[in-house]
Amino acid sequence: MSGAGVAVDGPILEVRGLSKRFGAVAAAQDIDVGIAERSVVGLIGANGAGKTTFINMVTGYLKPDAGRITYASRDITGLGPRATARLGIARSFQIPQLYGSLTVLENVMVGLGIVVRNAGLGGFFARGRPHVPGYDAPEGEVAERLLAAFSLLDCRNEPARALAGGLRKLLDIALAMIGRPRILLLDEPTSGVSTEEKFAVMAMILGAVRAEGATVLFVEHDMEVVERSAERVLAFYDGRIIADGEPRAVLDDPGVQRRVVGAVPEPR
Amino acid sequence: MKRDRTPRAVGAALLALLAGGMLLPPWLQFLLTIALAQGLVALSLALLLRAGLLSFGQALYYCLGAYAAGVAGQLWHTGDMVVQMACACAAAALTAWVLGYLLARYRGIYFGLLSLALSMILYGLLVKSEALGSTDGFNIPRPSVLGLHPQESTVRYVVLAVAAVVSAGAALAVHRYLETPLGRLAPAIRDNEIRVEYMGASARAAVHVKYVIAAVLAALGGAIAAATVGHIDPDMAYWTTSGEFVFIAILAGTGSVLAPFLGAIVYGLIHSVAYGLSPNTWQLTLGSALLLVIAFLPEGLWSLGAHRRSPS
Amino acid sequence: MAQLLPVAVDGVVYSAWLFISALGLTLVYGVMRMINITHGSFYALGAYAAAAFTGAWLRAGFPPWSSYGVLLGSAVAVALVIAPLIERGILRRMYGRDEAVVLLATYALFLILEDVIKLVWGVNPYFIAEPYGLLGSFSVGGLSYPVYDLLFVGFAGAAGLVLAVVLQRTRAGKLLLTVIEDPELARAMGIDVGRFYLVTFAVGAVLAAIAGGLTAPTVSVVPGLGVDVIVLSFSVVVIGGLGSLRGAALGALIVGVVRSAAVHYAPQLELFVIYLVMAMVLALRPRGLFGLAEPRRI
Repeated sequence: MSGAGVAVDGPILEVRGLSKRFGAVAAAQDIDVGIAERSVVGLIGANGAGKTTFINMVTGYLKPDAGRITYASRDITGLGPRATARLGIARSFQIPQLYGSLTVLENVMVGLGIVVRNAGLGGFFARGRPHVPGYDAPEGEVAERLLAAFSLLDCRNEPARALAGGLRKLLDIALAMIGRPRILLLDEPTSGVSTEEKFAVMAMILGAVRAEGATVLFVEHDMEVVERSAERVLAFYDGRIIADGEPRAVLDDPGVQRRVVGAVPEPR
Repeated sequence: MKRDRTPRAVGAALLALLAGGMLLPPWLQFLLTIALAQGLVALSLALLLRAGLLSFGQALYYCLGAYAAGVAGQLWHTGDMVVQMACACAAAALTAWVLGYLLARYRGIYFGLLSLALSMILYGLLVKSEALGSTDGFNIPRPSVLGLHPQESTVRYVVLAVAAVVSAGAALAVHRYLETPLGRLAPAIRDNEIRVEYMGASARAAVHVKYVIAAVLAALGGAIAAATVGHIDPDMAYWTTSGEFVFIAILAGTGSVLAPFLGAIVYGLIHSVAYGLSPNTWQLTLGSALLLVIAFLPEGLWSLGAHRRSPS
Repeated sequence: MAQLLPVAVDGVVYSAWLFISALGLTLVYGVMRMINITHGSFYALGAYAAAAFTGAWLRAGFPPWSSYGVLLGSAVAVALVIAPLIERGILRRMYGRDEAVVLLATYALFLILEDVIKLVWGVNPYFIAEPYGLLGSFSVGGLSYPVYDLLFVGFAGAAGLVLAVVLQRTRAGKLLLTVIEDPELARAMGIDVGRFYLVTFAVGAVLAAIAGGLTAPTVSVVPGLGVDVIVLSFSVVVIGGLGSLRGAALGALIVGVVRSAAVHYAPQLELFVIYLVMAMVLALRPRGLFGLAEPRRI
């Protein structure tokens, strides 16, 4: 699992000619984009525009029909989610994917266990005392720190399925953070969170993530959140990226206004 | 799972069996030993249940272990339980490693059906194999342990002692295992396998390892049962034998590594008492007990009830 | 060529028996998504009721030709009495729960019914050979077979046809298909899903009981009669595909012919080969030949 890792010349993630069809629907058409390390990129677009398909392909859940995905100078096209996760690409989900019957703390411990185990056979039957690779503390402490960063300490002993919507999202993201990924793809991290809290939640998430030096791509429908949080915005439409640049510039683009913002309810 | 108290509880139980066992009448020593053997198989089932997998064919390894023990006994003219158990474990581990490549890819009812089919294949093979005595099976030489050949009067106790030590060891090993990263993966696989993959672990590989461990445990139970009863036959692989183990595992629940053994003892008691009262009502009693557990004691069925699939 | 004829005849008869025995199991699974272990109990109940009542009937001096009616009638009756009791009384409470829980409940009921049978009819074997021999025999390729065996074939064909017609031509059948497709939707449409479940369960039980009743004159009826049938029916249903009528027919044919061939050419493989086919189907095409949904596979 890569923590700080070796610095890379050029973009940390590069996508060339990425295409994917589902029957008659073109979910991705010839997508070309490079993402710089440590950047915070917002992905906007109407439902069905291809944002989630993009994430699915980068994380290995879907194989592209054509094109290449390069991560830290390494071709990862077609690798499955397990391999991409181990290389340092993690994601959160639109609908949080948690271990429902386990407590919040246990959810995190499962993830930490996987990190320990993936580090080598010595970790295979290790109990939990050994230090987690990439961290400087034993498992229990690392878990507490992670939960604290996401304000989840108070509910650490509650079963995950009993959590309220917003907290489930946070746990989902926290789980993605285990293993210190270099690239984090967040699918609608603030959906289900009340409008007043959205900025605070986004700030907390980005704070925790950027402290690790990770690169973040996040899908978001609330344009104010996008404008405030992102350094760069990619606008999707019909499987293509129709605009790419600074938030204000992209959001003001008439093409984007028509095809993306217009399709989304005006933020209050 | 009770973390701190379990090793002490296991130790206490072991001492109780070793010390108290000497005072028990031989028929009770016999029953307890059988219960421990069945408890081992139920433990293996509980291990798989934790990962969300219900096996209807653990009798495959129970029987395989028994026959491996028996064949070793006949071939080398020895009743040495250590040798027999070692052979049983080896046979089970090898078979499960191979079969695991197939089974680890299945979930839900198909895992159950395939494990059932595999156990019935063994049954079919054994029933028709003249060399192994077909439906009659064959006998095992009198048990001994590492050169110690107990006399008629103490052999039951010796077997019980061996069973107790092995069971305690297995219980502690499983307890320790459950806290390792691999052990922790089981409920995660049950709850959300996709997330496990996204976290960088292979659910299939994990299930494969668990399947092998479960097979070895069941085979140990089979070897012990063989030594206790002194006789082996193909019925040990029949589906109703698997059914018994499932019964015990459900009765016991997966709350602790001690639970399967307690469940087996309770099962043995119900069986004996009910059978003693009337040979035609013991199944009725067991069936009713199972229905009551299903209806009112879901903690006994805890891992089945907690089976949740989050929408992806 | 002469060798093949007995294999074929045996195979067809055995397949017919398998089909009738397995039909109820696949029907119940297809409609209620329930693996029903009490299926074997109904088989045994049918056999015992048939044996006991027909035996008494014949001893009372009634003409032997009428015994066939009693045979079938008693089997059907006992299923019609017990099945609703079980479905309404116990299984109904389990429907929301995990598949495996319902399966265990049916296993518990199976255990209970095993003893109920022993309590009602005792443990001594029942023989009622008269109906078996009464129809005489016929010859094929120099070997003679009882005409009674053709009853199995006839009944298998009839049952299959009736079910196919009911499911595809009648209004009830079409409603049933809706229930199978999506029980929640069916409920929302106003269909009494509970009643369909009850009827399905009863029909499955009746089919199993008839299989047992028809078999009664050909064997000695003893406790434990249903135990083998359960796992054999499973193999048929798995091979053909859980929940599929055509699947049950094809599965029965395959198992019947394979077993018959084994019995004639390699008797030591007889049992093992059936379950080997079952395992191979599960390994290569888990949903069976005509199965419904694709099972979860990693």
